[in-house]
Amino acid sequence: MRLAILTDIHANREAFEAVLADLTLRKPDRIVFLGDLVGYGPDPGWCVDKVAALVAQGALAVRGNHDRAVGVADGALNANARRVIDWTVNRLTAPQKLFLEDLPLTATEGDVLFVHASANDPQDWIYVTGEAKAMPSFRVSDARVILVGHVHRPQLYSCDLAGRVMGHPVVQGQAVPLIRSRRWLAVVGSVGQPRDGAALAGYAMLDTDKNELTFRRVPYDAATTARKVRAAGLPEALASRLIKGE
Amino acid sequence: MQQIKPQPGLEIDGFTLGEQLHKGGFATVWEVTHPLYRTPMVMKIPTILDGYDGPTIVGFEVEQMIMPRLTGPHVPRVMGEGDFSRMAYIVTERIPGGSMHQLVKRAPLPLDEVIEAAARMAQAVADLHRQHVIHLDLKPDNFLQRETGEMVLVDYGLSRHDELPDLLAEEFTIPMGTFPYIAPEQYLRQRGDLRSDLYALGAMIYQMATGKLPFGEPEKLSQVRERLWRDPVPPRALRTEIPEWLQEIILRALEVDPARRYQSAAQMIFDLTHPRQVKITERGHKLAQDGFWTVWKRKRAMKGVKGFGAPVSTAAHGDRAPILLVAVDLAPEMEALSAALFSSVKRMLVITPEARVACVNVIKTARLGIDQTTDDDGNHLHVSRLVALRGWAEGIELPDDRLTYTILENTDPASAILDHAEAVQADHLMMGARGHSTTRRFLGSVSARVVAEAHCSVTVIRLKDGARTADAA
Repeated sequence: MRLAILTDIHANREAFEAVLADLTLRKPDRIVFLGDLVGYGPDPGWCVDKVAALVAQGALAVRGNHDRAVGVADGALNANARRVIDWTVNRLTAPQKLFLEDLPLTATEGDVLFVHASANDPQDWIYVTGEAKAMPSFRVSDARVILVGHVHRPQLYSCDLAGRVMGHPVVQGQAVPLIRSRRWLAVVGSVGQPRDGAALAGYAMLDTDKNELTFRRVPYDAATTARKVRAAGLPEALASRLIKGE
Repeated sequence: MQQIKPQPGLEIDGFTLGEQLHKGGFATVWEVTHPLYRTPMVMKIPTILDGYDGPTIVGFEVEQMIMPRLTGPHVPRVMGEGDFSRMAYIVTERIPGGSMHQLVKRAPLPLDEVIEAAARMAQAVADLHRQHVIHLDLKPDNFLQRETGEMVLVDYGLSRHDELPDLLAEEFTIPMGTFPYIAPEQYLRQRGDLRSDLYALGAMIYQMATGKLPFGEPEKLSQVRERLWRDPVPPRALRTEIPEWLQEIILRALEVDPARRYQSAAQMIFDLTHPRQVKITERGHKLAQDGFWTVWKRKRAMKGVKGFGAPVSTAAHGDRAPILLVAVDLAPEMEALSAALFSSVKRMLVITPEARVACVNVIKTARLGIDQTTDDDGNHLHVSRLVALRGWAEGIELPDDRLTYTILENTDPASAILDHAEAVQADHLMMGARGHSTTRRFLGSVSARVVAEAHCSVTVIRLKDGARTADAA
């Protein structure tokens, strides 16, 4: 089965549409959303509707910290993020909010685990930004492949037979064999707010038959999204970072 | 991590083990059969020590990651693989010809045999590098030969794929290669430089030509370190009939600093197949090892050295040091076109200053009968064309060893250019198109055929219509 893994769309319609257009060419069997459909971006309603429609057709989706923040008013987000969520709440319909509220924290497909931030304590939104942060996910889960988002920069980790965790640099477009003597954790790059220096929508393809993972980037019209961010009166930093991809 | 113990008759995933063919330090190799495959096959099974045997396991994982992704005649075809849940293995086609080890045992070999084998080995390495893999453990045992002549590279346990996770990056307990053949930078634990493979090739050619290893057979790592400053005995001092050009190739491949070696396997193949064009330097002439003070100074300079500057990875090398084949039309009426070709080549060299330029001109011979090799004035055609070709290239400022001239003779110029491009492993072909004429439309132009059939990029230079009119006027 070929799974398309999309994460951190963050209400960026242009980036989301660009990835969906790419998927019509690559024809995955299933789409999996790793959360953070909303927040930061100007099109939360459209993005939630689109994901909900795809879930109705068999896609999987888990919940991210921004999706959760729509329903609760705690201080878990930074100031800019909170400001956008407060703006977002007023732009979502009741069914859209309900959809976000009903999203599970984790999902599985065969021996693959999907979670927004980390497999250990998924509700704590831990950033997997190094080998030490990846280790606990391997410890708590026996999934052979763990796919997460949240960091907005793609990264790959493996855990060998002795339990040692190793980080591997990501090469875009190259199918990486997830050899079976190791377990793997992939941080998938963000669709709607990439932070690795390129204004390109990121996603990943997992082929469970060939046992290969491919990180991909798709160009999108970041200037339009940035313009919408500004027009909506959202923080300027959130517009300019889209242009720079950081 | 209990593994099934391999034995004759064992069945796993449809494969049945036959006779054990080889038993090495890290693995055993078995003959296997499968009801669905008729190809003769072998199964390689890592020998896992009791408990956790890190180095063997990681080496095997590297093979499992890299081998199934390789294609072509210079690598064994993978037929199946199994992980450590029951018994780790890789099944590949069986290469019946035996390894270069058999050949090397008879060294010193006749020189034409050395040169032939060296070129074939370099071909295999060039093909591997093209597929983003640096072997890093090249030795005679790892070159098998197909019945059709191609060398096949085996044993990828220490290899590095440019675009895949390097599982060995942090594995410091792993032996980093085979001592007689490893490059100085491998001793320094750099595993990202394709020129390490060219060093090992140099060591093997040295061995085939002289019957000796350039640095003996070190047993300890500290002895391997000596090659950072000590130069090998020049091959010609061991065997006088070795030509200077061959010694030049060998010693260039064995340079300590990778920047002074060949920069790609293709460049090495070029020299091995064009001996007359090898520029012989001090390296080719020398008949004794460097003197005490030279070596002492080098040793001092190497104190505390950590590496040799930026490695050349397989991802970049084709772009960085390409072989540029330029087919020049020397006909007098084509002067404007060949001038335009000249300026295009100059521009190309601005982008790729490391390029090697191979200039060719084709003498079109008659299909039947005896060819005229001298013109009406009695000048030897071949020689006069060579002079003209050199004249055309006047102003292309490259060191002699990166600018070569070849005159080809063929009834069919397009075939001559295409064959030569294959032979020199050209990365890019540049030529002029003569323009439009009725005959060309019916018979097809040389450039059109080259564009259609070449295996590399082709740039065709044309004169704009305006320019031609101006010419005619």
